[in-house]
Amino acid sequence: MKNFKHIIELKNISISFNKEVILENFNIKIKSGKFVTLLGPSGCGKSTILKIIAGLLKPDSGETIFNGENITNLPPYKRNINTVFQRYALFSHLNVFENIAFGLKIKNLPKDEIKERVLNILKTVNLKGFEKRKPFQLSGGQQQRVAIARALVNRPKLLLLDEPLSALDVNLKQEMQFELKEMQQNLNTTFVYVTHDQEEALTMSDFVVVMNEGEIQQIGTPQEIYNEPQNAFVADFIGQSNILNGTMVKDYRISFANEVFECVDKGFEKNQPVDLVIRPEDILIVPEGEGKFNGVVDTIVFKGAHFELEILARNIYWLVHTTKYYEKGKKVGLNFSPDDIHIMPKLFEQSTNIIKAVAVDEQTISFLDVEFKTNEFKLKANSKVKLIIPPKSISLVSTDSADLVLTLDSIIYKGSYNEMYFYYEDEDENDGYILVNSEYEEEVGTKLGLKFNFNEVKILN
Amino acid sequence: MKKHYLTFTPYCIWIFLFILTPTFVVLIFAFLNENSNFTLENFLNIKNYFGVILKSLGYTTAATSLCFFLAYPISYFASKIKSNMFKKIFIIAISLPMWTNLLLRTYSWMTILENNGILNNILKSLNLSPLKIMNTPIAVIIVMAYDFLPFMIIPIYNSICKIDENLIQAGEDLGANNFKIFKLIILPLSMPGILSGFSIVFVSCACCFFIPRLLGGGFNVLIGELIESQFMGSVYNPWFGSAISIFFMLLIILIIKITQKFNKTETENLTI
Repeated sequence: MKNFKHIIELKNISISFNKEVILENFNIKIKSGKFVTLLGPSGCGKSTILKIIAGLLKPDSGETIFNGENITNLPPYKRNINTVFQRYALFSHLNVFENIAFGLKIKNLPKDEIKERVLNILKTVNLKGFEKRKPFQLSGGQQQRVAIARALVNRPKLLLLDEPLSALDVNLKQEMQFELKEMQQNLNTTFVYVTHDQEEALTMSDFVVVMNEGEIQQIGTPQEIYNEPQNAFVADFIGQSNILNGTMVKDYRISFANEVFECVDKGFEKNQPVDLVIRPEDILIVPEGEGKFNGVVDTIVFKGAHFELEILARNIYWLVHTTKYYEKGKKVGLNFSPDDIHIMPKLFEQSTNIIKAVAVDEQTISFLDVEFKTNEFKLKANSKVKLIIPPKSISLVSTDSADLVLTLDSIIYKGSYNEMYFYYEDEDENDGYILVNSEYEEEVGTKLGLKFNFNEVKILN
Repeated sequence: MKKHYLTFTPYCIWIFLFILTPTFVVLIFAFLNENSNFTLENFLNIKNYFGVILKSLGYTTAATSLCFFLAYPISYFASKIKSNMFKKIFIIAISLPMWTNLLLRTYSWMTILENNGILNNILKSLNLSPLKIMNTPIAVIIVMAYDFLPFMIIPIYNSICKIDENLIQAGEDLGANNFKIFKLIILPLSMPGILSGFSIVFVSCACCFFIPRLLGGGFNVLIGELIESQFMGSVYNPWFGSAISIFFMLLIILIIKITQKFNKTETENLTI
């Protein structure tokens, strides 16, 4: 078989379950012989992609190209692709040998060859001598190895792994990560690995595909993903970081924390609002007065290899990693160099909320099921107005005392508050996001109550 | 721990009074003659009835097999029902006949299978020649299979429902088509259900005496009827009745033990 540069290619894949769109016009190409990880929070569609590649799910539209051949309509048993399932999915009525030989027996290979291949793969996964054991007599790690062996013994061109290490304890997990990477290199097979564990993704992969809500956020090597995150979601999801709002004053100059700093990025518009990230290990603690600015140690936690500090400076809590101990309350200076500042375009363009509203009568305004009274203006009944609602004027309250209940779509910590985006859609099918700045920490996907401080809302005719 | 024993006590008393004691009494009876002296004659006498025992096993095997071949497809397709409501309706529909008296159900089959019964009337109206089923072994086997069908369906249905969807996907992933998936995954994994259904139905059929009496036309004396007649009938010989009961019980246990050797899923424990 001819080897194509891309082992698998998904073209314009769309799929939805129960009217909920999981993927829409999704495209990806995966290079042959690489270890590629799909990384993202649960529900981001990564397992769905795996099942579409394996053929276990049929997309509503779009094409799956495997090694140059369109396999969209090929049933899974005719694809030369094998999967390692999340909870192993070993056959409990068969022993280890029979489990691994399953795929080979179906292909009607000669008995001698089956035996040789099974015994060889058992050696590869360090399970020599376990042939006669039943799955329930094995530990979690051993079952995992059998599942991997059962897939690999078929010598697939492409191996799919669906969070295969999620049920293992930390030590075993790290050991298996190492072994998986080694196996992939020795066998020269393409591995597509799905996980929500960023450390796993960074450790093993040649390429990481960061996903959120059915969309690719960034594709790159682990170093690129970590050092040059393309947006605040990636920066937040991969490792710990200080993510802040900034403004590109001009090329190589960024303003944040009330000051303009030198940076290495260019190509933004003048005064364009951006997100920026500084990794906690890139910030140096220096004597007071010798850094970019001064701050006070707020908390210090010992993490084994380093200390994790929160330093309050210029109304921002800076997360800093250091190997030296600093007492709580100590005044220090913070320093970083221009190339430690990674600048990213904003996930959402808006920095405040501008929402269309209707005046019900002279003093009542209605928007998104919310009505409030104002004394500022004499309004014409049924006239259209625009509201400017500052993010800080909206507070999170319990859903029963709220003006409006919406689902949280995105949350990023910005040094001293959480920047939250709530998706809304009104009767006229206008949609958009409401931005809220809050001190509360909430999970994406939860329904939250919003309460408006109408005194701070500006009304524009 | 003490509480644990306390809750267990009533069952122990129950088992002792109503299972162990009667079995023990039957065992003692089997070794006595009418003058209450020890004897092995009762057991030696069994050999004269080997024909009845073989015939009983034949009928039972046929009825259990028929029951299985009816039950498996029903269970399989029912387990594929997606809607929970329809699943519930199915379970109720399957267990509904069990709420009516077994004797009543058997009588109603008589009205169907009789020479002038419902079945033959239908055949007649279609200008087909009537069948003589009543008072033949076929009638006995059909009704046995019907009466105990729910006991076969429910365990099989449960064991198929328990099969993890991931295993089917794993099978597809490893190259198995639908037939191979059924043969290599679903069938072996539903074995525990098949075997418990088989055990229950086999024992019930083997011991049942009124179905052959009502539908077998009195020519087909089976083991259940033979034992019953030793205790209740004109031949009154409870000592021999006990001996043949014990012998038949051991025979059934042996048969079930042998069939259980086919079960490969060791995680599952069966009753007998």
